[in-house]
Amino acid sequence: MKQLLSFVKKEFYQVFRDPKTLVMLFGLPVVQIVLFGFALTNEIKNANIVVVDNAKDIASQQIINKIEGSKFFTVQKTLMNSSEIDAAFKSGKIKLAVVFPANFNQDLLHLNKSSIQVIADASDPNTATTLTNYITTIVSDYQSQLSQNSAMPYTIQPEVRMLYNPDLRGAPNFVPGVMAMVLLLVCVMMTSVSIVREKELGTMEILLVSPVKPLLVIVSKAIPYLILSCVNLAAILLLSVYALDLPIKGSIVLLVAESTILIMTSLSLGLLISTITSSQQSAMFASMLGMMLPTMLLSGYMFPIENMPIVLQVISNIVPAKWYYIIVKAVMLKGLGFASIWKETVILIGMTLVFLVIALRNFKIRLE
Amino acid sequence: MSETVITTNKLTKRFGDFVAVDEISFDVHKGEIFGFLGANGAGKTTAMRMLCGLSIPISGQATVAGFDVFTQPEEIKKNIGYMSQKFSLYEDLSVLENIEFYGGIYGLSNKEIKEKSKELTEKLGLYKEAKKLVRSLPLGWKQKLSFLVAIVHEPKIVFLDEPTGGVDPSMRREFWDLIYDAADKGITIFVTTHYLDEAEYCNRVTIMVDGKIEALDSPAGLREKFGVPTMDEVFYKLARAAKRSAD
Repeated sequence: MKQLLSFVKKEFYQVFRDPKTLVMLFGLPVVQIVLFGFALTNEIKNANIVVVDNAKDIASQQIINKIEGSKFFTVQKTLMNSSEIDAAFKSGKIKLAVVFPANFNQDLLHLNKSSIQVIADASDPNTATTLTNYITTIVSDYQSQLSQNSAMPYTIQPEVRMLYNPDLRGAPNFVPGVMAMVLLLVCVMMTSVSIVREKELGTMEILLVSPVKPLLVIVSKAIPYLILSCVNLAAILLLSVYALDLPIKGSIVLLVAESTILIMTSLSLGLLISTITSSQQSAMFASMLGMMLPTMLLSGYMFPIENMPIVLQVISNIVPAKWYYIIVKAVMLKGLGFASIWKETVILIGMTLVFLVIALRNFKIRLE
Repeated sequence: MSETVITTNKLTKRFGDFVAVDEISFDVHKGEIFGFLGANGAGKTTAMRMLCGLSIPISGQATVAGFDVFTQPEEIKKNIGYMSQKFSLYEDLSVLENIEFYGGIYGLSNKEIKEKSKELTEKLGLYKEAKKLVRSLPLGWKQKLSFLVAIVHEPKIVFLDEPTGGVDPSMRREFWDLIYDAADKGITIFVTTHYLDEAEYCNRVTIMVDGKIEALDSPAGLREKFGVPTMDEVFYKLARAAKRSAD
């Protein structure tokens, strides 16, 4: 215990004396939140949507045909009620729902006016906007087609409703992304660099000759970064709640617990990197390539995964940030409970164990 | 003869086909300053690493402080100190923080650490520098501090791997004064070096050539045996026969 305390204390001294580390730790989240506030627009193909046709008349049928004909959507026709639609959204199976009212064609013929409800999952605002724009275009296209054969203009009013993020703000989208990125970066890079530094400077040899157990070295390295990551997490959440006006809809406890799991994943990944690299530069480089790029590009946070080539979609599954991103969006933006994210949680824990086992095995070999 | 603290019998280490250390056998006595000489690549560091538990021997026997290197490495670690070729303190910690850290991992109590810190800074005359980062100290001071930190837990044996590399002669002299001090307190010193003048300071000297021990005696004994006036010449006589090129 005394050993552990001395060790952790030393790690803290080192963290707070290294300006580079401090900038990374505390400058990064702020810079990221500012930088990634600018959202990117992308075209979405084959998005899963549901069409609820309560009218089942000629007009609704024609519009549905047009929607089905478009390359943008994969349409599923059902007769869901509103709570079923809600559930489909929460499970993430659908991106958008189109609902036709019961007397769609009648209204259109007799009142020259009718409406369609369009509901989109706006926790990803770019996708939501793009998809609703596609629908609106298809509908107005149909509308002008009708009007050609008639003296009176027909109006169909698509009533658009953005779920979870009614104002289509970018913040709800990038905050979970920044959280994933900062936690991963801090933990992976800092842990690997701090262990490799001991190797590079020769102090690791002294530690190995001392009665300190290797596991204690690892735990002592992990504790400071675990604490600092929690501070970081709190900072990001406070920033997002008070500066960006983004409420946490779900349970904070769950969010923190899930984040702790990601921190563990990152710490074990950092440890793994430290056992296969021997200089601080290469550890840093490995962390950058291994974490930063996949996290930015393949977690679904900057670019929608459903848009990528199959190969990248498959690769994205081994990026821890992807699963964490799904979890944070579900808890923070949709207010869902553990039941809906247990699969992602299991995947993250599984990854952690795999990294940890490989790292510990390599670490032991190093003692030889 | 006094108590033996290190014994080795046909201790061997191989890396693939390369025999780094070839059946070395020797005893080291308590309180002795035992010098380990050899050209670069002769196997000194490997031999020392096996005794410290950093490297596992292929065959042979060895005990350090009465514990077996194969089966009781953890016990050995509690009884030895180690100072490596590379500088082994944390440059971004202050003098006191380094003492505190190493004292802490060797399980010293806070009170003991406090006493030791006082004793060490007094011994080195580092009162003013005690709170400065080690980075800002000159190399000679760092090496001396490094040595005192290696024996902060009062081990039975301290292993020094080329401790005076790059240090100027007067500082080396002061460094050796510290070594004598420690030896007087009963700490056994096991030191590798390639400064031949330092070999003269040792009680007994081993010369390793190509992984084997070619000579083991007191400096005076060695000079007499080889019929030459200085340790330099003893060393060159032996080292010239080496087949391995220095790395």
